[in-house]
Amino acid sequence: MSEIKFDDNSLALVQSIIKRYPEGKQKSALLPLLHLAQAEFDGWLSVPAMDYVASLLSIKPIEVYEVASFYSMFNLKPVGKCLIEVCRTSSCWLRGANEIVDHIGNKLGIKPGETTADGKFTLKTVECLGSCGTAPMLQIGDKFHEDLTFDKVDSLLDEWSNKTEHSKYLDVNTFRKN
Amino acid sequence: MSKKILLEHINVPGIETLEVYRSKGGYSSVEKALKTMTQDAIVEEVKKSGLRGRGGAGFPTGMKWSFLAKPEGVARYLVCNADESEPGTFKDRYLMEKIPHLLIEGMITSSFALGANTSYIYVRGEYFYIIKILEKAIDDAYKAGLLGKNILGTDYSLDLHVQAGAGAYICGEETALLESLEGKRGNPRIKPPFPAIAGLYACPTIVNNVETLAAVPSIVNNGGEWYAGIGIGRSTGTKLISASGHINKPGVYEIEMGITVEDFIYSDEYCGGIKNGKKLKAVVAGGSSVPILPADLILTTANGEKRLMSYESLADGGFASGTMLGSGGFIVMDETTSIVENLYTFARFYHHESCGQCSPCREGTAWMEKILHKIKDGHGTLADVDLLWEIQSKIEGNTICPLGDAAAWPVASAIRHFKAEFEDYVKNPSSISKVKHYHNMNNLATA
Repeated sequence: MSEIKFDDNSLALVQSIIKRYPEGKQKSALLPLLHLAQAEFDGWLSVPAMDYVASLLSIKPIEVYEVASFYSMFNLKPVGKCLIEVCRTSSCWLRGANEIVDHIGNKLGIKPGETTADGKFTLKTVECLGSCGTAPMLQIGDKFHEDLTFDKVDSLLDEWSNKTEHSKYLDVNTFRKN
Repeated sequence: MSKKILLEHINVPGIETLEVYRSKGGYSSVEKALKTMTQDAIVEEVKKSGLRGRGGAGFPTGMKWSFLAKPEGVARYLVCNADESEPGTFKDRYLMEKIPHLLIEGMITSSFALGANTSYIYVRGEYFYIIKILEKAIDDAYKAGLLGKNILGTDYSLDLHVQAGAGAYICGEETALLESLEGKRGNPRIKPPFPAIAGLYACPTIVNNVETLAAVPSIVNNGGEWYAGIGIGRSTGTKLISASGHINKPGVYEIEMGITVEDFIYSDEYCGGIKNGKKLKAVVAGGSSVPILPADLILTTANGEKRLMSYESLADGGFASGTMLGSGGFIVMDETTSIVENLYTFARFYHHESCGQCSPCREGTAWMEKILHKIKDGHGTLADVDLLWEIQSKIEGNTICPLGDAAAWPVASAIRHFKAEFEDYVKNPSSISKVKHYHNMNNLATA
């Protein structure tokens, strides 16, 4: 577990994000800050991580918990290094999303919602990611993998088996510093 | 070839950069608006254009703008709704990814018209790679003096920021979006007051969809009358259609409103016909929320006229035999598709996405998913089909926001038009396996 504290670079970004909103409305920075915290603290939001974000915004911890638990991109439990999110709503289902989920599940020996014993992969099924014209698809970090075939899925799993870093939606350079 | 406005330059190499975008006339509406037009004159042109909200509701944009309260000394906001999450819809993503400056130009010109000095683009969190693209484009626009203080040497100033959502369909509802932008759960607000009176931070606020704002530069440049001359009747201009499902050419198409549905599905300019030479079974024409129609009714109205791609023609016949243009999320299903199983994916979606604030939606969407799960797996009864009908009828119209209606309509329309299929699932559970893997047409092992 990393230490729950942003480095100077991230703290500068936090200040820059807070300045995007009128004075006294710093709570608006909550979603971006929770994203940043999740990216920097092992891919999930522990209670200490949420308390830390609350302290940065001078709001009560409960104001953070109630928000973190509402949005599906925030993980309130640890996830594998590689979080695989497979879309399965209508258009993806029409083009074989269930088969993609089964294929990944069989390869990794886990069901949707589970993490492999070595902590490498978590398989999650999600609802429409706006990739209906390039279905079936899955998301890992900020990358969309589209027009999937079993071969494409296999090479993605191989690629991620060899990585040591966490999949992330963003990093400290995603947002511009204003 | 159909008229192209939004996608006219989409294939120009480098159009995502400020230089190339400007070389194609980009940002000329900012120049024209800020230097030669009054705020009211711009609102008037948008009214004349007949432009209607492209997120799904189709409300006239100029009228929405004219509702904006302007109390002295109170900030006003323009917020772009880029929380594109309606299943079957991927057009805003396409615009922002391929031609980000078009949205930024639309935001600047529109913010000026509304008197907003700070504006936000609220993008669904799953689109983080697009947030990166927008942030770069905004940075370049600041450096070119198109954003920030005294834009193009005028006394107008504007700050534009991107906000990331975090996975919640409900935040596409404008008051839920504003709650989310304030750092809260995305629970829709009770209206009135509407955002135009009390929106972001209780200040007057206009919330518009990406595609709506992207149409504003062309209206300012060419005039409202010019725009109103494109399209058909009250469906003026062009519309982006996200085409998906069992078709040969899925993708985003810009159509002039008024072309026939038949042409859109079968012509090579658009969907290119049904995949693998199959027959058309059904279409969801405007995103998951709108009523599903069987092949005969999507191609022809109940009066026997060819159905057109327009707000009015798609709605012809009401819900008895028509549907809605909605977001333009056009999902095509071939003859092998199970309507029951497709509906199950929608019901699961709405249950997952209900914010939980209103009981009819919170409880009803859960029940609908459970009952459909039971029916699709061959354990349903005829009474379950009636119960499903009963539940959807009690959600519709009984919730704070339209998510309840959006969850009810797909269920009601599937039962209305395909009741025999539900009954077949109940009476002949052993036949289900035969229809279950129609979608395996798409051979994933070799595709």
